[in-house]
Amino acid sequence: MSTVQTVPLVPPRRTLAERYPALRRFLRHRAALLGVGIVLFMTLLSFVGPLLMPFNATDTDIRARLAVPFGGPHVLGTDPLGRDVLARLMYAGRISLAVGFAATALSVVVGVLVGLVAGFYRGAIGAALMRFVDAMLCFPTIFLLLAVAALIEPSVTSIVLLIALASWMEVARVVEGQIRSLRERDFALAAESLGASDSRIMFRELLPNAVAPIVVAATLNIAHAILAESYISFLGFGIQPPTPSWGNMLENAQSYLTNAPWLAIVPGLAITLTVTSFNFIGDGLRDALDAKLDR
Amino acid sequence: MARYLLRRLLQSLLLLALVSVIAFAILHLAPGGPLAQFVATGDLGTEDIDRLMKQYGLDRPVPIQYLDWAGSIATGDWGNSYRDQLPVLKKIGMHVGPTLELMVSSTLLAMFIGGMIGILGAVRRYSFFDHLATIGAMVALSIPTFWFGLAVIYVFSVNLGWLPAGNRETIGDGSFIDRLQHLVAPCIVLALVSTAVWSRYMRSSMLDVVNQDYIRTAKSKGVPAMQILLRHALRNALLPMITITGLHVSTLLSGALVTETVFTWPGMGRLFLDSVSNRDYPVVMGMLMFTACMVLLGSLVADLLYSVADPRIKGASK
Repeated sequence: MSTVQTVPLVPPRRTLAERYPALRRFLRHRAALLGVGIVLFMTLLSFVGPLLMPFNATDTDIRARLAVPFGGPHVLGTDPLGRDVLARLMYAGRISLAVGFAATALSVVVGVLVGLVAGFYRGAIGAALMRFVDAMLCFPTIFLLLAVAALIEPSVTSIVLLIALASWMEVARVVEGQIRSLRERDFALAAESLGASDSRIMFRELLPNAVAPIVVAATLNIAHAILAESYISFLGFGIQPPTPSWGNMLENAQSYLTNAPWLAIVPGLAITLTVTSFNFIGDGLRDALDAKLDR
Repeated sequence: MARYLLRRLLQSLLLLALVSVIAFAILHLAPGGPLAQFVATGDLGTEDIDRLMKQYGLDRPVPIQYLDWAGSIATGDWGNSYRDQLPVLKKIGMHVGPTLELMVSSTLLAMFIGGMIGILGAVRRYSFFDHLATIGAMVALSIPTFWFGLAVIYVFSVNLGWLPAGNRETIGDGSFIDRLQHLVAPCIVLALVSTAVWSRYMRSSMLDVVNQDYIRTAKSKGVPAMQILLRHALRNALLPMITITGLHVSTLLSGALVTETVFTWPGMGRLFLDSVSNRDYPVVMGMLMFTACMVLLGSLVADLLYSVADPRIKGASK
């Protein structure tokens, strides 16, 4: 009698991809998978790579200055001070990736808070916040970044704050749009009629339903943040030497373009590969998580 | 139409006022102030610094300084540069030409090339070319503009020697051909991102149009395919592209600044970098306002052109 009950009702074990359709859709996106692979590789290269290197990012060796790549102990050559380019690329990757992630985390927090409040409290508060977002978006990004970067003491922390300051608006717009339509839905109205507090409705009911577009926006934001760091560092207002970043490795590369092109090729390739990867991952996530955002 | 225009103009002006408050606040609340470099070098004594503070009115509270600035900008006086005492508007006027030259030429290039790629991608959807164009556009959006600029210089100036590596003209020459030669490389570099954007939007815009009833009607009437493509589809697909170009001004200005730096192009980007390094507050403030005006104007013009060009929208906007 009871034996019938012990027969497992669950079908045979399914793979993760079978259980989560979004994951399955993401795994079908080959460019996004390649992106994940490249990002993992760059992260490992930057954070584990230096442990395996015989060279430091700041050790100068004047006898080996401007050594050609693939022709000796310096795999990717050396710069005008005889510093190993591969070692610098790794240490620079730590800074550039960390700046990209930290600035994005901060801009997502700010963007989500602003968008949440603006979408929930329409009327005066919402309108005022969104006009502020509109006004911030009137500044061309690089102009805004440089105007502030030139005035403050440049450090890794200040660059993170600066990039976050210039990039939270997109997230705010996405979140505001989502929240505005979500709060009209039955589940939100039900929570409201049950007497749930505003913050409970915002954070427990509405925000979880807006996670997908936020994740997509955040991924694309990492790409933008890494690019932004490279721009301001290239222009000399970002991460200051001797701390290497992918952007400031390129700062002096232009003067050595003729006799040492690898100084420009190596860090530029690292930036392009990483940024392209994050863009592809964002693209794949958008397809996998939320088809509505796609035009 | 006139009422719509008036309302949009009013909105833009209010937004511009908000922009000016934000820009002023950012500049003046940052530590240091305009005279920080004189303090740092020790060239000037405390008395001189105090005198300069008074002369420039920097000893007053920031809100008062803002009202003063806003009052004079309302009468058309954008202030004078701290560096050479030239009026800010005159300085901007001297540099806006080369930047516009770069922006307009690269936009035209991007429209042409991006448009072709987009149309071909839509016509041969999911073909090898279409996939290649998709990936290519994504990579183009991810390449740092300055790095692409260095690559162009390395290939076309250093190795092949076809193009000059920088500046707007050869000193002492400055003929049309000479200026054109100098324009080619920075124009291509700035056009890269716009081309990627245009090709993507053109593709989806064409795909939208191709599924419309009037295309099916034209096909069933027996209109030749090429004629359907150019006369019927392209004309309607171009409509939404007006908006894209208008909304693209901000990206284009950022790109122009970087491109000008790589190619030592004497435009607004160069002026902005110089002013920012010298803490020339009036010029920096003026340029932030000027670029914001350009961005707002872009979206305004896009809105208006779109409603003029598309009769379906005209009714709704009234």
